[in-house]
Amino acid sequence: MKAMQALREFSRRDRVFDFLVQAEPPALDLSHNIILYLEGINKSFDGFKAINDLNLYIETGELRCIIGPNGAGKSTMMDIITGKTRPDTGQAWFGQRLNLLEMDEPEIAEAGIGRKFQKPTVFENLSVFQNLELAMSQDKRVWPLLVARLTGEQRDHIDEVLTIIGLNALIHDPAGKLSHGQKQWLEIGMLLMQKPALLLVDEPVAGMTHQEMERTAELLTSLAGKHSVVVVEHDMDFVRSIARKVTVLHQGSVLAEGSMADVQSNPRVVEVYLGE
Amino acid sequence: MSVSATTVTVKKTFSPLLFFFVSFFMLMSMTQQTIASEMPAESSLEDAWKTLSQKNYNKKAEAIEVIAQENPPEARPAMKAMLEGQLYYAKRGKALYFLKEVNDNYEFTPLFDTDPALKPVLQENRRGFKKVKVNNRLRRMIRQLLAVMQLKHEDADIRLAAVQELLKNPETEAADLVKNAIGKETDQRVITSMQTLLAVIQLESGDETAQLAAINTLANSLNSSAMNALAAYQAPTKALENKAQSAINKINDKRDLYAKAETIFFGLSLGSVLALSAIGLAITFGVMGVINMAHGELMMIGAYTTYVVQLLMPDNIAMSILVAIPAAFIVSGLVGIAIERGVIRHLYGRPLETLLATFGVSLVLQQTVRSIFSPLNRSVETPEWMSGAWQINEVLALTWNRLYIIFFCLAVFMALIAVMKKTSLGLQVRAVSQNRTMARAMGVRSKWVDALTFGLGSGIAGLAGVALSLLTNVGPNLGQAYIIDSFMVVVFGGVGNLWGTLVAGMTLGVINKLLEPWAGAVLAKILVLIFIILFIQKRPKGLFPQRGRAAED
Amino acid sequence: MLLMNILKNDKPGLWLLGILLVVSIAVPILNLVVPENSAFHLSTYTVTLLGKYLTYALLAVAADLVWGYLGILTLGHAAFFALGGYAMGMYLMRQIGERGVYGDPVLPDFMVFLSWQELPWFWQGFDQFWFAALMIILIPGILAYVFGYLAFRSRVTGVYLSIITQAMTYALMLAFFRNEMGFGGNNGLTDFKDILGFDLRADSTRIALFLASATALAIGYVLSRIIVSSRLGLASVAIRDSESRSRFIGYRVENIKLWVFVFSAMLAGIAGALYVPQVGIINPGEFSPLNSIELVIWVAIGGRGTLYGAIIGALLVNYSKTYFTAALPEIWLYALGALFILVTLYLPKGIVGLWSLRKTRKTQKMREEKT
Repeated sequence: MKAMQALREFSRRDRVFDFLVQAEPPALDLSHNIILYLEGINKSFDGFKAINDLNLYIETGELRCIIGPNGAGKSTMMDIITGKTRPDTGQAWFGQRLNLLEMDEPEIAEAGIGRKFQKPTVFENLSVFQNLELAMSQDKRVWPLLVARLTGEQRDHIDEVLTIIGLNALIHDPAGKLSHGQKQWLEIGMLLMQKPALLLVDEPVAGMTHQEMERTAELLTSLAGKHSVVVVEHDMDFVRSIARKVTVLHQGSVLAEGSMADVQSNPRVVEVYLGE
Repeated sequence: MSVSATTVTVKKTFSPLLFFFVSFFMLMSMTQQTIASEMPAESSLEDAWKTLSQKNYNKKAEAIEVIAQENPPEARPAMKAMLEGQLYYAKRGKALYFLKEVNDNYEFTPLFDTDPALKPVLQENRRGFKKVKVNNRLRRMIRQLLAVMQLKHEDADIRLAAVQELLKNPETEAADLVKNAIGKETDQRVITSMQTLLAVIQLESGDETAQLAAINTLANSLNSSAMNALAAYQAPTKALENKAQSAINKINDKRDLYAKAETIFFGLSLGSVLALSAIGLAITFGVMGVINMAHGELMMIGAYTTYVVQLLMPDNIAMSILVAIPAAFIVSGLVGIAIERGVIRHLYGRPLETLLATFGVSLVLQQTVRSIFSPLNRSVETPEWMSGAWQINEVLALTWNRLYIIFFCLAVFMALIAVMKKTSLGLQVRAVSQNRTMARAMGVRSKWVDALTFGLGSGIAGLAGVALSLLTNVGPNLGQAYIIDSFMVVVFGGVGNLWGTLVAGMTLGVINKLLEPWAGAVLAKILVLIFIILFIQKRPKGLFPQRGRAAED
Repeated sequence: MLLMNILKNDKPGLWLLGILLVVSIAVPILNLVVPENSAFHLSTYTVTLLGKYLTYALLAVAADLVWGYLGILTLGHAAFFALGGYAMGMYLMRQIGERGVYGDPVLPDFMVFLSWQELPWFWQGFDQFWFAALMIILIPGILAYVFGYLAFRSRVTGVYLSIITQAMTYALMLAFFRNEMGFGGNNGLTDFKDILGFDLRADSTRIALFLASATALAIGYVLSRIIVSSRLGLASVAIRDSESRSRFIGYRVENIKLWVFVFSAMLAGIAGALYVPQVGIINPGEFSPLNSIELVIWVAIGGRGTLYGAIIGALLVNYSKTYFTAALPEIWLYALGALFILVTLYLPKGIVGLWSLRKTRKTQKMREEKT
């Protein structure tokens, strides 16, 4: 009986086989003006609860700052969004249709989430130009990569980004030779090359001079609107200079959310930051 | 259900056994009395030998009985020769000779070679000698007497062998002999065999109750003759036939069980060798993140150390192994420290380069050994106390050297765990392995710890070498044969986990041995390798991965 | 056009191809035209030796492609080499036909010896050269695909990968040692007579094989160069330097690794196939883990991640091996061992690195002199 049913199911005429359906990733759907949903996320490592019932929504085009003491779960949250870590429970959606928990890192990156790491990681043996060329949004399958040639349009895009990050003069230098701040900039540049809808930026100004910091602040605010930007940062001055909306994480869940002024006057936040 | 069934059979076997015992004791006391009353005088033995050259079979029979009773050293060879028709006497002087045909010639050697007057004779024919003739009655009698003599032998092993011999070809006549002997028997193994033999004979008797009792006895036996007897048994009734069949099944089940136990034992001993060779690697690979391709050669050095220690103390092989254990640990450990200081120290954080460099070291070590000891294999003598086997029952025997290796492996492992858990070196090693920078900041001399850890791992490789030297030949390629297996064990168990290494070693050993009868040794090994390759795909971090956030990267 | 562009940026590669061309012209002349009593005559033995080195060089290029550019320290390339060799060996065995010791028209001698009645299914078709040629590429390729698919998908990296590639090679070696496998067991395949109808002992055949090896090396080198100069090559280097970062900018790391690995395995297979008719034997010893590791050291000595470095290393080490094993056999293993140690300790970029280091020093000096 079961076999019959399976056979009938198999030979249904109103459907084609799954493998015949063209694998086309559903497009990013921003109809509700929310680009990222994190709902009821839990994650623990060997009994330590890194993320505890976290709920977070990022609006389209928003610039959001996330602050929190060490161990608040900021990095783990980023890992979950980018597919590096799977949560124990919860939901993570990119727009209305893309379930992040069913995608792996390259798929998530292709869908439009870019990430800058806390520790700058650029490809040290490749030149600045090559780093940007690789990061460029393009067909990243094996054969297209083998036959790919740099088009004029792509070249212009790279030049554009080079100007933004101010590394024009160092275009053919290996990335390994750049200073710490320059590497940070290159990494932001690589993010821009991906044309992501959502940028996750982890401590972008660590190790930067004051001037560089200002330029970064300018850059990030200018990006907001076109892209959604989530910035994780420790430097309160920096956060104050760019933030419109701030989320405070504590022990893996949201402690407070609102404008910088609201958050700073919240007694629970003060308690967490200033001790018991 | 099955539990209650077995208890029933046990109960049923008990009462006939008891009956047997009682009857045997009675028989025994009777026969002893008869033997005592017939004790012949000193001179009658000499007369008896002389009687053999007479023609009267009845007199001969008496004489043979006397000889068997007295049991001088010549008795058994003479009786055997008589059975085979090779006992002769000289026509002149009537002295007894053995006949042996050598290249168409006849060689006569005197039975009593202590007598200077008698000399061996070699001639082309049998002239001057006459055969001591025996008839069928005498033959049967001699055969029985021979068996009895063996059954009375001082050595329990020979008695056991005699019973086993009788079991191979059980004859009804043997029953009385065995019934006589069983009461005087003290060795439990011999008693068990004798009971089996009696039961086999009893199975042929016409009495159905006796047959039932015999089946019950045989069901507890493991002997293959018992199996054969049961298989050939023509049961007079359906009930008995079923009974016999279930007895066969029971024996088969038991034999299978013991065969499995033996396979697992072999597996565990192989696993011990694997674990022993992998534990050292687990330290250097797991704790320090260093790939030491020269690990196998450190084992080889341990094995050669054992060989050299034996050369140094040839008169005391038994002790040499005990001396070799610390010696191998120290020699291999020092070589290891030298490797660490000379090569690996410069390559921390570059595991692939370490792999290449230590492979170079392994080539150099191999060639060095070849230059010193020649490329030929050497063998290490197994000391007396390690040879032989522990005979648990007729089917299951555990060889001592394998047992000792299992114990040795466990001992080394426990000692290592103790070092890691209880000593300050262990604490420092664990600290460095978890976070080198932090440990250094806390004042741990990480370089010193590295060198000692590497020395420890290498020393354990040396110990593995001692164990290996007792199992196989010692040669320059000894290490190469084990290095891949050791890596497999470490990877399978989970890097950085000593317990994982032990469990993985034992598991792989047992799997290997379980596959062997089914697939053959080489194919089993290939299957195990494929299994590990597939396993790594599924769980890239091994059986017992290190957990936690730090291990994520 | 594209090719010229790529090669224009690869000066050492151009030099190498040039030298290869010169040698390919000179060797046949020196061997066939120059009379034997002349001092310039090149013996056929030497030609074969050179041909063998060239197949090794191709193997080294294949290994450098995955180790130098993808960061996969493969200890399994000897297996792909040997599989290619066995495929060729099977073709050569079938060519022997009735000329074997037992004179069986179909069965190779060792099968007659094992009293097999018919040819196993996997020996079918190997009497056709085109089929054997296809298998030379396909068998290593398929093995690499299956192995790589499993390994890369589950993200086995670094030394773990090295060790399981070694285990794969070891398992294959044990398997091929078995008589039941049907590949001649211990003795392997040997006593070849001719290839494509040409006598293998003839000088002209030897020269042809040498030229085939040189051509294969040149083509293999150029193809590898095209790959590493493409964006795929850039992505490979990116993966080598930071695998997770490559994933986060959207690269399917496992696919890139897989296809480069498969291509490399095919090159190794071709190298093995050219090796076998020149040395006249293929046996399970070719699978030995030592061979795989030795091959890595050729690459390391020449300079990894350059392709031409691999060729230089392979030629150099094998030349010294031939020299030492003849002159001072005792010394060879010491020398090889010392090479392993010294190169990893003091020459992380190989001979090529040494050379470019001198060059940068020179330019620095020149700059200093100018100022």
